[in-house]
This record gives sequence, structure tokens and C-alpha cells, in this order.
Amino acid sequence: MRRAGRGPSPLPPSLLLALLGLALLAVFALSVAVGYAPLDLGAAFGDLLAGRESLPALVLRELRLPRAMLGALVGFSLGLSGAALQGLLRNPLAEPGVIGVSSTAAFGAVLAFYSGLSASVALALPLGGIAGAVLATLLLFILLGRGAGTTTLILAGVALNSFAGAATSLALNLAPNPYAALEIVFWLMGSLADRSLAHVLLALPLMLVGWALLLSTAPALDALTLGEDTAASLGVDLTWLRVRLIGGTALAVGSAVAVAGAIGFVGLVVPHLLRPAVANRPGRLLLASGFGGAILVLLADTALRLAPIRPELKLGVVTALIGAPFLFSLVDRMRREAR
Amino acid sequence: MTVEARALAVSLGGKPVLQEVDLALRPGELLGLVGPNGAGKTTLLRLLAGLLPPASGSLRYDGESPRALGRQALARRIAYLAQGGDTAWPLSAEAVVGLGRLPHRRPFAGPSRADQAAIDHALEACDAAPFRDRPLGTLSGGERRRVLLARALAVEAPYLLADEPLAGLDPLHQIEVMELLRRTARRGAGVVVVLHDLTLAARFCDRLALIDRGRLVAEGAPAEVLDDERLAAVFGVTAFRGRHDGEPLLLPWRAYSSG
Repeated sequence: MRRAGRGPSPLPPSLLLALLGLALLAVFALSVAVGYAPLDLGAAFGDLLAGRESLPALVLRELRLPRAMLGALVGFSLGLSGAALQGLLRNPLAEPGVIGVSSTAAFGAVLAFYSGLSASVALALPLGGIAGAVLATLLLFILLGRGAGTTTLILAGVALNSFAGAATSLALNLAPNPYAALEIVFWLMGSLADRSLAHVLLALPLMLVGWALLLSTAPALDALTLGEDTAASLGVDLTWLRVRLIGGTALAVGSAVAVAGAIGFVGLVVPHLLRPAVANRPGRLLLASGFGGAILVLLADTALRLAPIRPELKLGVVTALIGAPFLFSLVDRMRREAR
Repeated sequence: MTVEARALAVSLGGKPVLQEVDLALRPGELLGLVGPNGAGKTTLLRLLAGLLPPASGSLRYDGESPRALGRQALARRIAYLAQGGDTAWPLSAEAVVGLGRLPHRRPFAGPSRADQAAIDHALEACDAAPFRDRPLGTLSGGERRRVLLARALAVEAPYLLADEPLAGLDPLHQIEVMELLRRTARRGAGVVVVLHDLTLAARFCDRLALIDRGRLVAEGAPAEVLDDERLAAVFGVTAFRGRHDGEPLLLPWRAYSSG
């Protein structure tokens, strides 16, 4: 990802999106090309398209493509919802986890794992994750129905986060054996390894609906730059905006966590990096952040496969390792600007 | 368009903030809302803009309730300038003014030529064109207020409701903004402005509404509303009166003491 200048006239929006789209295609191709077994990509694609069940075609269809596709989908969801939540809360430190949906999704998946359901039912893990996200969203919607404002949403998110965190720890505490506990811990770190096309097909429809909801908030988020009263006077229905934003985040991030575990920092760092490139406009930031998130996750996932460390590092660990220094730089910049 | 409020009342946090307010807004008129701190001026302005539902009473825009009219239609008819000048993100002045065109924008459409013309015109009118490319955060408080006023003007709505548009402005720009508001009214818009400066209120406004402790205590021509008795009772001040250049001059002079 490139860092655009902070001048008053950055790239035209369409050019920026075209560049990000090209970059995404390039990292996607890179992610497909990099793997543990040597693979003749040309032959694999040829066999896959011709319907031949050769080993290269199988590796491509069962391993490489699902992994790259999930990386792009999860990254896009995290980047997009991070930008949307920062716009809604008008705070550069907001991230997809702030409303509690990711931690409850993670708890749902842990519960599916802990109960043994995941051993007998295929996809029990992601389904459990989605169930967790749905429950959290229902709770937030009930609050919104009672006229909750943005502050109430954040507080509810804090409560959901600490509840889901405690419940997850309890599951670890009561784990029947150390291996089960270890599996839970590893899953929580987030990874794209060993996912299949079924995971893609499970997450994709939910994510698409979530993305549509989130992208529809762009003009409202622009208006919200001037505060809630002014936004309302410009025709923004604040409750409907919150419903779309929470619902969209729950769908996109809930299914992302359900299929890939918790991957931190992407939703926090990517909007921050791209904000100067869209002249700080929260509406334009949405799509750009989605692309940026996809690029960052695919890069991180490719890097951890190239790194000479086995078993491979967990994706959530790598994104946090990349993300934490950026967070420090953000804090430092805010401190300097506050002077 | 007409805006009519009847017997408006509202409570915030269980405390009555406004009671029994009857007020009609007229096109082509500059109406000043005056009153001491905490009288309920901002609350009344938010009610009139449809941002706060009244607890009781009725509010009609051309005979229609805000709900029947819809938020989008209301947004095109009433421009609202809030107090304060904080923006969440460092948008350029021009981008901020452009937000005033959102009520006219179709979904997924970019700014039209009419939008750009409205933006340019509003920036010029508020003397904000020279810093149109600068982020709002780098401007002084007064410059920022002028950009935000330009944002409200860019809506080009039949009504403009401005909450303390003079706060933080230097004398030149206070006078220029009042002249701008008067010109806006003369062009046919109804303008409502919350003011603390009684001198400017008495000089520029066509009509004043005096709010005290949640009630509309007087309404009419500035000289009638701000008579000595009310200045003493509501504001607790005496005033110097005169005329200059053919315009009325009212200057709050000292604290009123009944002794």
C-alpha cells in the first residue's frame, strides 16, 4: 500500500480506486502463486478450466484459490467496516471490534468447538461464529430501537466485548484437555490456512449484503463530519444510519471472524493509512479502505507463508505485528497535532 | 413556504425547557431570537428545524407536519447552522461547503454544475473563497464559522436557521454576516438567527422574538420588544439608545439596579 501525500488535491477518486484495484489483483495473484508445494500455475489453471481432476488443479481449487479469496473477502470486510465505524463514531481509534460483534462471533465459534459440535458437523465452527454475531447484533438493535445514541452503542460494545472475552476464557478454563485449549487459542489467533471453498461460499453472501449496507452509508458519514444535528438537518436519519452500519458490520465482520478467526488491526490501521489519499472524506474512504484491507491481509498471509518459520505464524499475529507500530505512529501524530 | 409553531413545549431530562411557544416564520424576513443564556433559544431553533420532536404543540410546514413532509424534503427547505465549529475530520473548506448540497444529491451521483455554482456563490458571499482549499482545522475560529455559514447558505433553502452565527467573529465580519443575512432575507428567504448582541439585533432584524425561561415573552419590532422595562426584567441591564446613519442604535450599558 502506498501512502499518499497530505496535499490539498490528492488523486482523483476514480484513479485511486483503479490503482487500489490493480494492486489487489496483483497481491491476489501473488497469494495464489505462493504456496508450500511447487505448483505449475499454467497447468493447474488449464486443468481446472478443462475440468481435469489433476493434482495441480486440485491444489489450486482446494487450497490456493479458497485461501486467496478468503483473504481478500476478510480483508475487504475488515477495512470497510473499520472505515465505516470510524466515520460513525467520528473517531480514528474505532475499529470493527468496538461494537463487540467480533468477540461474540469468536465466542460463538469457540462454543461450537468446545461443545464438540465442530468435530461432528462440518462448518459448525463458522456457523457458531455467525450465531454469536447475530446474537450481539440483536442486542444492539434492541438498544437502538429504544433510541440509543452513539455513546450507548460504544458502552454496549465494551460490555459485549468483556462478556464474550470472559466467556471465552471460561471455555479455556474448563477445556477437557490441554490440546482442546491449545486448539481454541490457536483458532482465536486467526488464520486462513486449510479453509475450503465451502467457507468462501458460506461467508460470501453474508459479506456482500454487509458491504452493500456499509457502502450505502457514504453520504451520511460525510454529513456526520459536521455533527449529528447538522447531519440530521441535511436529511440523514441517524437511527436508520446506525441500523445499517451496525447490521452491515455484523454481517461482514461476523462472517469474517467466523471463517478466519480474530484478525486485529486491519480495520484500525487501513482507514488511517488511506484517509489522506481521499482528502479525509469519510464517505470516499469506505471503498478505498475495503481494497486496502484486502491488500493488507493478502500481503500478510503471503508473507507468513514465505517466512521460514514452521508451523506457520498465525495471520492475526502477523497483522498485529505490522499494525501495532502503525498505531504508535498514529498516537504520536495525534499528540503532535494536539499541540 | 410558511412555518407555523403552535403551543410548542419540550422537556429535556424531565425539565421543561420551552412552554407554550407560538411563532410563525415569514419568507423575506430576518427574525432574531434573543434572550439570556439558557432561555431556550437553541432548543426553539432545533424544534423549528425539525431536529427535536416537540413534547406537545404542533409544527407545520406549509400546513404539513414534519413527519408527513419527510426528512429529505425538510432538509431541502430548511438549512440549519449549529453552534460551535468542530469537524470530525480535516476536510477542506470547499468540501465542507459542498456538504450543504447533500439534500439535493441523487444517490450515487456526483456534484452537478448547479451544486458547484451554489458552493462558489456561498464561499464568495461569506468571504471564504480565499481559503477554500485549506483544511478547516487550520483556519481561525472566525474563518471556520464563516465556512460553516457558507455550508448552510449552499443548501439554498427557503429558510435559514442560524444559531449564533456571530460567535467568534471580528467586528467587520459580524457586520458583514448580518448584512449577508439581511440580503438573504431580502432575496425571499426566511432567516431566523439566534443573537446575543442586542445592538446588532436591534439594528438589523426585522422582527425579534424574546425568549425568557422557556417562554416567548415578547415578539414584534425590535424597538418595541427591547424596551427599557423588558431589558431590565429579562436581561437585567439598562441601555443607551440613539440613532446613527438613520439606523437605531441600542447599547446595553450597565447592570440594572432597582434601587
